[in-house]
Amino acid sequence: MTKELLKGNEAMAEAAVRAGVEAYFGYPITPQTELLEYMARRLPELNRAFLQAESEVAAINMVYGAACTGKRVMSSSSSPGVSLMMEGLSYIAASEVPCVLVDVMRGGPGLGNIAPSQGDYFQIVKGGGHGDYHPIVLAPATVQEAIDLTYAAFDLAEDYRHLVIVLADGNVGQMMEPAELPPMRPTNGRPRPRWALTGAQGRPKNIISSIYLVPEEEEKFNQKLQDKLALIRQHEVRYHTYELEDAEYVVVAFGTAGRVAQTAVKQARAQGLKVGLFRPISLYPFPEEPLTRLAETARQFLVVEMNAGQMMEDVRLAVNGKAPVKFYGRMGGMVPLPDEVLDEIRRMTADR
Amino acid sequence: MVAGLQEEITFTRPASLAETVTHYCPGCTHGVAHRLVAEVIDELGLADKTIGVAPVGCSVFAYNYFNVDFAEAAHGRAPAMATGIKRASPENIVFTYQGDGDLAAIGMAEIMHVAGRGENITTIFINNAIYGMTGGQMAPTTLAGQKTTSSPCGRDVKTMGMPLRMSEILSGMPGAAYVVRRSLHNVKEINKAKKAIRRAFQVQQAGLGFAMVELLSNCPTNWGLAPQESLAWIEDHMLPFYPIGDYKVLPEVEALK
Repeated sequence: MTKELLKGNEAMAEAAVRAGVEAYFGYPITPQTELLEYMARRLPELNRAFLQAESEVAAINMVYGAACTGKRVMSSSSSPGVSLMMEGLSYIAASEVPCVLVDVMRGGPGLGNIAPSQGDYFQIVKGGGHGDYHPIVLAPATVQEAIDLTYAAFDLAEDYRHLVIVLADGNVGQMMEPAELPPMRPTNGRPRPRWALTGAQGRPKNIISSIYLVPEEEEKFNQKLQDKLALIRQHEVRYHTYELEDAEYVVVAFGTAGRVAQTAVKQARAQGLKVGLFRPISLYPFPEEPLTRLAETARQFLVVEMNAGQMMEDVRLAVNGKAPVKFYGRMGGMVPLPDEVLDEIRRMTADR
Repeated sequence: MVAGLQEEITFTRPASLAETVTHYCPGCTHGVAHRLVAEVIDELGLADKTIGVAPVGCSVFAYNYFNVDFAEAAHGRAPAMATGIKRASPENIVFTYQGDGDLAAIGMAEIMHVAGRGENITTIFINNAIYGMTGGQMAPTTLAGQKTTSSPCGRDVKTMGMPLRMSEILSGMPGAAYVVRRSLHNVKEINKAKKAIRRAFQVQQAGLGFAMVELLSNCPTNWGLAPQESLAWIEDHMLPFYPIGDYKVLPEVEALK
């Protein structure tokens, strides 16, 4: 395998194809549309299902239906479109059918704009739809990571019978950079799971539903869901660190903000500042425990985000008052520059 | 046993109809509609490849009544969910079972687009002119002047609009192959309804496009009528506004046996 120059949205699409996605349902929305367009060309040539839905509401319910058949299915959208999907996502989480969604975040709230943002953190990481659930949330910072996480998302979804969301931002979706695609996996030969709706042939009927009218039964189901989430928290934490070994100051940032912050940390190191980067890759499960450990030794934390401080709340929970947690953010589709982050780092290290 | 007299069972439960305690109100025609669908599934030999999609409404528990695989959709989204199932798994027979609130109000976009795309699914549409599950509110199909808990003085068409005739509307969609309205208010019409349901599943088997059977149904509880009176109410009040008839039948459907 060799590296190719790939656009983030198309790279995620091809990664999903190679992971064996068998059906895609979506609706055009910038800055995600290239993913849908790529699927529109690619899936029919592989004899797999592609359908442009009449809305994101319909698209996610098509995903829900297709996921009930036990096949690998996905959708992709961007912030306002993902808002429309929240109903379906709650049903999917409650029905325990596996599926993958890519959210290429743009500026908001409202119609906002089509520039890169991380404003969907609350909506995606905290559940978003009604009821107690969290999707598994994976946040890439590079095109290569977007490929790798999308590829892995399908296995994770099936392993846990759960919803996996790749939370990219417009920058990751739109930029081109050299990256390597994974090998093509065959879609045939994968047995349909026992719970899937395939027609009740030689077995009792299968029912996929999220209704439990008796509160005791609904609570029992909720407990089961919580147990599953606990298992996910135990096994699926992912993060990237840079120059943390002797760091007295820790910058915490995810996705594109994490990449910008890494450049700033590198520059700060060149100036002799003892600073390192902690970049969460899994936003749910949030890498709480490693941050709590860092809080034992770090003097201060700086959270950098392309929003008003959404992940910052989780960092503060992990740090739990052991060290000050500062915040630097840009909003509305603005991407912070390394110089701005470096200024914040210098301010933090000067503030003893 | 007396010589010459033999017991013969002439009426049995269809194999596709599950033996379960009904949750429907006394006199409700959902039970009739369920039975007709189950009979058709049996007669066409489709039980082991059928996937049903239940709505939100009184028939939210439809899956308890059928011995076939079933999914429970979000309110109004059964057609989208059925689309996903059918596209991912075209070898299955997929049907939605939806009420008037589900199909004609919150799920209007989804039903219009499955009909527009000619999605190869079958829809059983129960029109009883009211929201049953939530306790008798106005539906898009509530008749002009009809009293409901959310139109207590009767549906005033000036402010609440006229009722929607879904079979007529959907018959105008290019991908609709078979759209008919039948009624469940007497035995003769029930027999006709069954033939239409059978045809609607055959349309899907033949891959001809979207098929829907609208079934005029009752709601004794929320209409405040005895079961017998409610059947007469269908005939007296619903039939004049919702005529029984074939609204779209493609020539290819006519040619089906």
